[in-house]
Amino acid sequence: MDFNIVIAGEAGQGLKTVEAMLTKTFSRHGYYLFSTKDYMSRVRGGHNFMQIRISDQKLEGPDEGIDLLLALNEESVEIHRPEMSEDGTILSEVESDKDEMVYLDASGIAKEVNPRAVNTVFVGAAFKIMGLPTDQAEEAVKEHFAKKEAVVDDNLDLLKKGYEAVEQSYNLKDLGKKEENMVIDGNSAVGLGALLAGLSYYTAYPMSPSTGILHYVAGKQEELGIVVEQSEDEIASINMALGGSYAGMRSMTGTSGGGLALMAEGIGLAGITEIPIVIADVQRPGPATGLPTRTGQGDLLFAINIAQDEFPLMVLAPKDQEDAVYQTFRAFNLADKYQIPVIILSDQFLGDGSKTIKEIDTSEMKIERHLVDPAEVEGEYKRYKYTEDGISPRAYPGQLKDNIVLIDSDEHDEYAHIVEDAETRNKMVAKRNKKMEKLKSEDLLEPEYTGPEAPDYILVGWGSTAGPLREAKEILSDEYEVGQLAFNDVWPLPTKTLEEIAEKDAKLVFVENNAGAQFDRLVRSETGIKADYNILKDDGRPFSGREIYRRFKEEVSE
Amino acid sequence: MVDKNLYQADRETAWCPGCGNFPLRTALADALAEMDLKPEEVTMYTGIGQAAKMPHYIKVNAFNGLHGRSFPPAIGMRVANPEMTVIVESGDGCSYGEGGNHILHNMRRNPDIIHLVHDNQIYGLTKGQASPTSVEELRTPVQTHGVNAEPLNPVRFAVGMKASFVARSTVGDRDHLKEMIREAKKHKGYALIDIFQPCVSFNKINTYQWYSKRVYKLEDHDPTDHAAAMKVAQEFGDEIPIGIIYREEKPTFRDRIPYLKDKALVDRDVQVDDLKHLIDEFK
Repeated sequence: MDFNIVIAGEAGQGLKTVEAMLTKTFSRHGYYLFSTKDYMSRVRGGHNFMQIRISDQKLEGPDEGIDLLLALNEESVEIHRPEMSEDGTILSEVESDKDEMVYLDASGIAKEVNPRAVNTVFVGAAFKIMGLPTDQAEEAVKEHFAKKEAVVDDNLDLLKKGYEAVEQSYNLKDLGKKEENMVIDGNSAVGLGALLAGLSYYTAYPMSPSTGILHYVAGKQEELGIVVEQSEDEIASINMALGGSYAGMRSMTGTSGGGLALMAEGIGLAGITEIPIVIADVQRPGPATGLPTRTGQGDLLFAINIAQDEFPLMVLAPKDQEDAVYQTFRAFNLADKYQIPVIILSDQFLGDGSKTIKEIDTSEMKIERHLVDPAEVEGEYKRYKYTEDGISPRAYPGQLKDNIVLIDSDEHDEYAHIVEDAETRNKMVAKRNKKMEKLKSEDLLEPEYTGPEAPDYILVGWGSTAGPLREAKEILSDEYEVGQLAFNDVWPLPTKTLEEIAEKDAKLVFVENNAGAQFDRLVRSETGIKADYNILKDDGRPFSGREIYRRFKEEVSE
Repeated sequence: MVDKNLYQADRETAWCPGCGNFPLRTALADALAEMDLKPEEVTMYTGIGQAAKMPHYIKVNAFNGLHGRSFPPAIGMRVANPEMTVIVESGDGCSYGEGGNHILHNMRRNPDIIHLVHDNQIYGLTKGQASPTSVEELRTPVQTHGVNAEPLNPVRFAVGMKASFVARSTVGDRDHLKEMIREAKKHKGYALIDIFQPCVSFNKINTYQWYSKRVYKLEDHDPTDHAAAMKVAQEFGDEIPIGIIYREEKPTFRDRIPYLKDKALVDRDVQVDDLKHLIDEFK
């Protein structure tokens, strides 16, 4: 079974509360979830919606066709009517004799109890329509309003009244417990990965759609005794975070494209000063302000070329919410190991979207700081000591007795003092480049290939399109021999698997959420391998598996 | 007292002979030694410019970062280690021009940081353009007919912002400068010292003589009286006051994060197993 619910209305109507309660309840009834948000860059009014897809099977992305629409205003009914599936139901306050319309006087019902909780009446009615009991929903209400105890009883009352106001249309069942028991959004997942990695200092300027990371880690700062500081601008964000890392703390910043542009010089500073740092870029379409609340993968080439001249840098892109936890954790260890900036490329689809995932397994997660052992430092400390692999023992100020720690943004010698001579410059560039070579040989994640031995087509994607691509591959597999190649690490580009794949007699179909086929261009420039087809989308909306399938049929299949 | 030689404040420099940076370096080394601070107990944050090269000519921990960005990384040290003496040091262009936004917001944060601004009222390293504090009549290869803006009076700005410690000094009076540095160190919170110094190569207006003719030491001034401080801060003409202009005891950046207490966050020893409860919240 596969059931698609859309909650639509205007900003300020409490859509998020409805989504939170539905999500928790479905999860506890044993359903797999995938939810996405589509909202406008405004605080009140406009048209916003959230889509929750539920299934008894694992889900990888959103789907088309609405089975149940909770239309919190009249406008929503008209906007979403064309997307309704054949047997779909529209729950609204609009009186109509059309078959698909179910009338609910939510405002009237709420008025007698708590006029601000109209949305809870919708939740109650939705459960009745779907055929699910309200016991789990009652628990969700209690948890959701735990900090506002005064309204718990009102909401429980309205949940019940909503339930009683409509008739059952579907027969969804409690599925019992399942192995995958976490529901998490991508922004919280990045934050969780960072906190598990020992993040002590997070500095950021609020920017959609990355603000979720800031809110999540700030919500934990008192409990964990760490510091989250809102900076005056993104230039401050990166420089503050670098100061935190230099001082010996695991530090991070997060932003979206425009903020990343402001951080560019600071990321170059991390490169030449060899300060480990993790930067999350939750992509939205640009340039400049672009589409602030929507999704895209347009920052790839910018991220890998983030600052002037050359320095070791890593860019990785989590595939989904579960992967985002592990990849963020890994980013901290790699930043520390190589003393480099690591950029995590997420996007609004991943950051704002929630998914049912397997419980995070921490057994393999080890915090590796790679700091110098003070006992091994003899004589005057050299922050940029020449070594075989280019990695100099890193100390923080105050760590070494009778020794100082100096770092410099100018080209420098082993002691970090300014130099301008060609010989030292050449040696330092070579030293930094050695780190990149070591990273390539020891720590790159090759992309994951799934599919038949001899495919006719291979769908190639990076980051958050992995899920929709996997679903598209499943649908296409009924008609074609199709494989999928999903990239995590995009810079430096892992090339081994690509070169093996190129040997296969298969057409490569690159699927990307940008207009210029940036990953295709990157692969081409690094390997000479190029796409046979490009399926591109840059309207700010995410791909669904079915959409990729349709576009494959239209644009690719021969 | 720490041996002053530990600071190696006699290293060869890229400064011009007669540069105001030299007496400032000496005063700083003297003050640090007198305050009994070892080089590893001090961290200096600088930007770009001739003044910002200081950490290469005096031995302390240092983060010689980007132009205008000397302040933001210093906050990280304030979070990591409450014991460390933190000095932000740069020129007038770096501090008041490129870094203008950071100085404003760090006055609001009030971190326990000493901010030394080498104010020579000109850009030296880029060879003589106007800085935010340049006088209007200054003519340069860029400001061919004078400066198209009024000069910033950093002291008036800082007192207006109620920055918690605002002082002015001059390299022409090393004992005074040393005393200001010691007072800034004693103060809990953000301490700005705007330091007059001549640029012997490019600024032919604001010379040693120009400064020595104008500066006078404040006497009978109560720096805790904001109205009086505002009045003194306006003075910038034939007479320019030096000394502590304004001082206010107020909560520092760390005070506002009560759960940090005296904890050095750099010592936080955390393992993944200690944090597993974070995962449970998503079930």
